[in-house]
Amino acid sequence: MTLVFEHSMKRPQRARHTSSVQKESAIVDGIDISGHWNKMYAPREITAYDPGALDRVTAIPGAESMGWCYQCGKCIGVCPVDNVGDYGPRKLFRKLQMGQDLINNPDLWQCTTCMNCLRVCPKEVDMIKIMPAVRAQAVLDGTNVPQELQDMFRNVAEYGNPMGESARKRVRWAKDLDFEVKDLSKAPQPVETLWFVGDYYAYHGRGNDAARAMARVFNRMGVDFGILGSEERCDGDSQRLAGEPGLFQMLAEHNIEQFKKHDFQHVVVSDPHAYNALKNEYPKLGGAFTVFHYTQLLDQRLERLRPLLTKRFEKKVTFHDPCYLGRHNGEYDAPRALLNAVPGIQFGEMIRCREQGYCCGGGGGGMWLDGFMSDHVGERLSENRVREAVAVGAEVLAVCCSYEVSRFEDAVKSTGNEGKLQVLDIIEILDHCMG
Amino acid sequence: MKIAVPLKQVPDLVEDLEVAASGTALDFDGLKMKLNEFDEHALEEALLLKEASGAEVVALAIAGAEADRMLFTALAKGADKAVKVSGVDANADNHALAQAFAAAIGPLGADLILTGVQSASDRDGQLAPLLAARLGLPCVSVVTGVQPQGKAVLLKKEYSGGVMAEFEADLPVVLGIQAARQTPRYAPVSKVRQVQQSAKLEDFAASGGAAPSQVVKMAPPPRGQGCKMLKSADELLAVLKEKGVV
Amino acid sequence: MGDILVVAEHLNGALADITFEMLAHAKTLAGQTQGQVVALLVGGSGEMTGQLGAAAKVLTVAADGNFNPALHAPALQTAVDAAKPQVVLVGSTSMGMDLASALAAARNLPLAAYCTQVTAQGGKILATSQLYGGKLLVTSDLGAGPCVAAMLPGYASADAGKAAGSPASEALPAPADPGKVRFKRLILPEKADVDIQAQDVLVAIGRGIGKKEDIAVAEELAKALGAAVAASRPIIDAGWLPKARQVGKSGLKVKPKVYLALGISGAPEHIEGMKGAGTIIAVNTDKNAPIFDVAHYGMVSDLFDVCEALTDKL
Repeated sequence: MTLVFEHSMKRPQRARHTSSVQKESAIVDGIDISGHWNKMYAPREITAYDPGALDRVTAIPGAESMGWCYQCGKCIGVCPVDNVGDYGPRKLFRKLQMGQDLINNPDLWQCTTCMNCLRVCPKEVDMIKIMPAVRAQAVLDGTNVPQELQDMFRNVAEYGNPMGESARKRVRWAKDLDFEVKDLSKAPQPVETLWFVGDYYAYHGRGNDAARAMARVFNRMGVDFGILGSEERCDGDSQRLAGEPGLFQMLAEHNIEQFKKHDFQHVVVSDPHAYNALKNEYPKLGGAFTVFHYTQLLDQRLERLRPLLTKRFEKKVTFHDPCYLGRHNGEYDAPRALLNAVPGIQFGEMIRCREQGYCCGGGGGGMWLDGFMSDHVGERLSENRVREAVAVGAEVLAVCCSYEVSRFEDAVKSTGNEGKLQVLDIIEILDHCMG
Repeated sequence: MKIAVPLKQVPDLVEDLEVAASGTALDFDGLKMKLNEFDEHALEEALLLKEASGAEVVALAIAGAEADRMLFTALAKGADKAVKVSGVDANADNHALAQAFAAAIGPLGADLILTGVQSASDRDGQLAPLLAARLGLPCVSVVTGVQPQGKAVLLKKEYSGGVMAEFEADLPVVLGIQAARQTPRYAPVSKVRQVQQSAKLEDFAASGGAAPSQVVKMAPPPRGQGCKMLKSADELLAVLKEKGVV
Repeated sequence: MGDILVVAEHLNGALADITFEMLAHAKTLAGQTQGQVVALLVGGSGEMTGQLGAAAKVLTVAADGNFNPALHAPALQTAVDAAKPQVVLVGSTSMGMDLASALAAARNLPLAAYCTQVTAQGGKILATSQLYGGKLLVTSDLGAGPCVAAMLPGYASADAGKAAGSPASEALPAPADPGKVRFKRLILPEKADVDIQAQDVLVAIGRGIGKKEDIAVAEELAKALGAAVAASRPIIDAGWLPKARQVGKSGLKVKPKVYLALGISGAPEHIEGMKGAGTIIAVNTDKNAPIFDVAHYGMVSDLFDVCEALTDKL
């Protein structure tokens, strides 16, 4: 019986048992090692459970790393869902090892793909690859996919946005501006910056506020920008992570086709999920463009921006690192540079910041699973985070992802902090300071 | 058991509907169409019957903007066959559609024909009874709950006020489905794309007749029938107080 | 020619309101066509015949008191052959759906469904249908007749279709029933936890509510108002509220003092259930929602903002 263990990031060899022979008498090199009734040379069971459950998962392409876990537990300490419930890769692995299925199980839908586990995992058990792969299987088989998620998929598939609103109403937010935004779908023209607005900026009330703020800031800064207008569709990243790679592909193909119609230097996105999609996934489908998150673009042009920030914003402000800008894409500084340029600001970090940022619960499909999650967690991730912001003495919780404004404002109300904590997109603060 | 499910495309009511310059028809240019929601329920009921007692489900659609999408989605959901019927405009009146569908369904030898009880564009009557008349079959409308019972089906017909009637109908019969037993399943785009690569749609050439009546006018209902628009919750509260309920 | 044939509807031993509404429609129409109003009563009682005084004549067909499409559809066709009316009025109802199109197809007659109005003008019958979720009114030319119009409930006064005095009645032979569709039993609804028909104020929710959990927002407002929560069909179909709370064509018809319609688009099936309310206040994010056509007051706004603001103030 040989056991080969490679101490590297490559896949370790599994212990292999050869079938054994039981002998009454065994003499090796003159030494009697005959078996006695209490010494049995037989395959010893490592587990009494059916390894099929684990094998079914690791057999799915993309989910192989689930089998690498050696139960150290570092992930549990940083898993945001375990903090308010009972979750984490180590626990999922152990359950699989004990024969409990993951595909037809509520456990499959609780992960927000925040990546805090992968950050600390010595074996690189990659939930960011595992969860979408296993979820895709469940969605394809129609196995107990939470209805809320199915309703969202249906809306995105039918209308190109999770709200189920008409595509024609994507530019409604721009009507109240006192200048015109270049809608490239109606009047194609070369622009320097193609601004990918995003669903929440287009259709959500608070997103509309941020969208108008962004347009005003770009306008004041002389940014030459245009939008795709009603031809824009959902970026698809959350849908990909929630188990619909086909839907993602359909959306990406459409958006890439739109991008290719126009003449621009770079794409700027409003939210980190679009950032992740455009930067890391769209190139795989033939759509490679230079992409910036809006905080990065403005940080690059900070010296042009700074003199325009004339009005003071004298508040105690803290910042929530969005998982998909921070941990996933390594950008922690650009948003901070912008906030620190705000005149009068008193900036303070939360305890769980930068790489250790605590997920708002919206990623990986979580945005559309709050009803489902209420059965599995003691409080919402966003509520836990809001309490932290209040605890560090913040009056304003600054964010730069459109999912978060909606989640945190909801959490402010449900934790009884209305009036104590204001939630603002960084762009709204900058717009305010421009008078 | 063989179940035929004719599917109809209708304008998506999420959109603003515009009347064409003629004043007697919809402006279909750029109008988003989708599968009639009640037909989706009919398909779901057919698939549930297939899962419960084994049946062959054949989906049909009139060739038009949505036909491929409706049919591949039906196959992705579990339908066994999909037939695209040509020869009539997919946006024609139900009389014409019924004629075309009847021609395609006739040769199938279906025991059960399920279609949505109604649709948003039923100016000249509902598809189910018109189709039944063409096929020479009985029809029961506003059906929820279909249960096979040998060579017949047990069904529930809804009246108003929550009253229902139970009927037993010999096969073959046409049923206008109001609602399936559960929310129609979602067909993942991943699955539909898979099906688009692997499955083939059958073609059927039919013909449709002219509608026995013409549209003389199409317009939005007259507005301003006294709906006073309020601007704030305070104004709403004032109205409630005025009506004496607060 | 010139006569208007009204197909009377009855359920569980009583004539339905739509019957009288159609008689009202028919009286006006008969004035224009210079004909008579004739009613058709299949499987009805002598008592019912006596209530159809607004008709000049009642054609009766003896049959079981419960509706059966396989019997009633051919009976209607027999009656049309006998009476030769210019216009046949059928209810745009569950029963009517099993009759109108079958008649139109069997006798190749023009048919207009979902009608709010039928008039005779210059020798032609014009019928106006409410289609596309109530977003458009479509007027069809049904020709000189005979033709069929399916009438939507709620567009004529039932009282205007009632009159004292027993009309003349004529019995028609019952058509042979091949027995392919057999009536088994009537299922009456269970006693409800809340009788929405007895409420002064109803807070009604529609698809705009989004998620089941968010119904709580409406329930809080209802509590603050001393009202009950009702809903349109999609909410009931999803199982979020019991059937007893459904307002609409296949639910209950309500006439509260105040009907607050939140996130309800105003599909005709729903309007049917609540247009009789004293004051209708609609809140919807879509300024073109058909509900605003029947509402007395309206707000283009997010229903959650309105609910929360109102609940706070109360």
